[in-house]
Amino acid sequence: MTEAQITEKVIALVTPYVKNREALANVTKDTTFLGDLGINSARLVDIVLAFEDEFGIEVSDDAADSIATVGDAVTLIGKLTA
Amino acid sequence: MANSDTNQRVVVTGLGVLAPNGHGLDAYEAALRGGVSGIRFIPKLAEQNFACQVGGVPQGVDALQHGYLAADDLLAMNDAMIYAAIAGIDCWRDAGLREISPEAPVDWDTGAIVGTGIGGMQTIGERLIPTVDKGRVRRLGSTMVEQVMCSAVSAKLGGLLALGGQTTTNSSACTTGTEAVIDAYHKIRTGQIARMIAGGAEGASHYTWSGFDGMKVLNSQSNDAPERASRPMSASAAGFVPGSGAGMLMLESLSSAQHRGARIYAEVLGGHVNSGGQRDGGSMTAPNPDGVVRCIRTALAVAGIGPGEVDAINGHLTATFADPYELENWRRALDVDAAHLPPINATKSMIGHALGAAGALEAVATVLQLHRGFLHGSINCEDLHPKIEPFRASVVDRTRAFTGRIIAKSSFGFGDVNGCVLFRQWSH
Repeated sequence: MTEAQITEKVIALVTPYVKNREALANVTKDTTFLGDLGINSARLVDIVLAFEDEFGIEVSDDAADSIATVGDAVTLIGKLTA
Repeated sequence: MANSDTNQRVVVTGLGVLAPNGHGLDAYEAALRGGVSGIRFIPKLAEQNFACQVGGVPQGVDALQHGYLAADDLLAMNDAMIYAAIAGIDCWRDAGLREISPEAPVDWDTGAIVGTGIGGMQTIGERLIPTVDKGRVRRLGSTMVEQVMCSAVSAKLGGLLALGGQTTTNSSACTTGTEAVIDAYHKIRTGQIARMIAGGAEGASHYTWSGFDGMKVLNSQSNDAPERASRPMSASAAGFVPGSGAGMLMLESLSSAQHRGARIYAEVLGGHVNSGGQRDGGSMTAPNPDGVVRCIRTALAVAGIGPGEVDAINGHLTATFADPYELENWRRALDVDAAHLPPINATKSMIGHALGAAGALEAVATVLQLHRGFLHGSINCEDLHPKIEPFRASVVDRTRAFTGRIIAKSSFGFGDVNGCVLFRQWSH
């Protein structure tokens, strides 16, 4: 799967949780889930579960804690699916 | 704002309703006036071998919810929470309060007492238990606690509306909705807060209803005729029909309502809740008649009215063996002959028994009847129960105009708990 394909899927998976819809239209690798997209921090747990289901991976708690930006998620998923 | 006057008059300035036979005040009024049943065959109950396979479930909620709630809200809400949110938002808007927005500041002058009988059973049954039993706790995600905590129905609504007053959930079985109204009344009457949303919500899960089916207190005789299944006061009553939904009332101090020029539906004259102590005929599942009589009489005293001033009664009347006793208890409490009991009707004949939401759905019906001048007929009581025969003249079996001023709403619940609240038509 290409980075672009992963990025597209990641954005689709987080969309239901996004409070700041304007930021969603201008997502970059550096866009943060909490600060920029306004996602409730408690929901990061659910987003990681969605990543696991979508990409058939298992994300450790430490790895999950390292995800702050869209780029972080895409890089992590890229490694785990490689 | 708190008020140093500790004897405030309390009025109803907003209503919201999501019932099995109608969403919104106009639809609900039309259904009540027309004797429209919201009881339907529920395929899931048949699949799971329930004896009773009918129930009352609000219709069209899957489509309706998106007009009220954002996608991320819905990911963490079960039926009961969604019902509470829809009826609560309707109630807020009906009261003419400010626009609802995530950016709106906290409203320190409004709180909520929104009760539930069984709470987040749907979430517990469908998601929590199956996941935990497979040893997959990690897969529960973040949304379990906020859906299974008893206060889920009030907490979510509080956040949507930015309520800054006490925001809590009461639970007293089938008395819950009526108790919420009475508790909110006391809060406002004593000057603690200007407004409280009072109500109840109950989800539509078969898990919630299963225990009642197991007790054999549901009607299993009418699966092929759902609209005739809920039969309060009938000789062929064979148990109650489970229901669901939410009803909400905006209670407000008269001074606050007048200050902001709010429309007033009715005045809450007073009310009382008590328990029969599970003695003298009372038990976990049946009321002590003396407790009921005392509750009604105390409610009248709190309201400052005599028994002869009650113009109508919206009963608890579930379609179990208890219906005849309920009428007899009312007769005793008001100290009248059976032939002179005020007119009495049973909203459950059309919506079933919505447990923790029942008293709230019926309080909305009561206020609508006062405000719009009608008493709805109870359906399915053509064959009056022999013990209710002496009360025949009082049983409202068809909708009629109503010119009285005061209606009593009573509820009785498991645990031998009672509630009675008195509403008076608002005269300008």
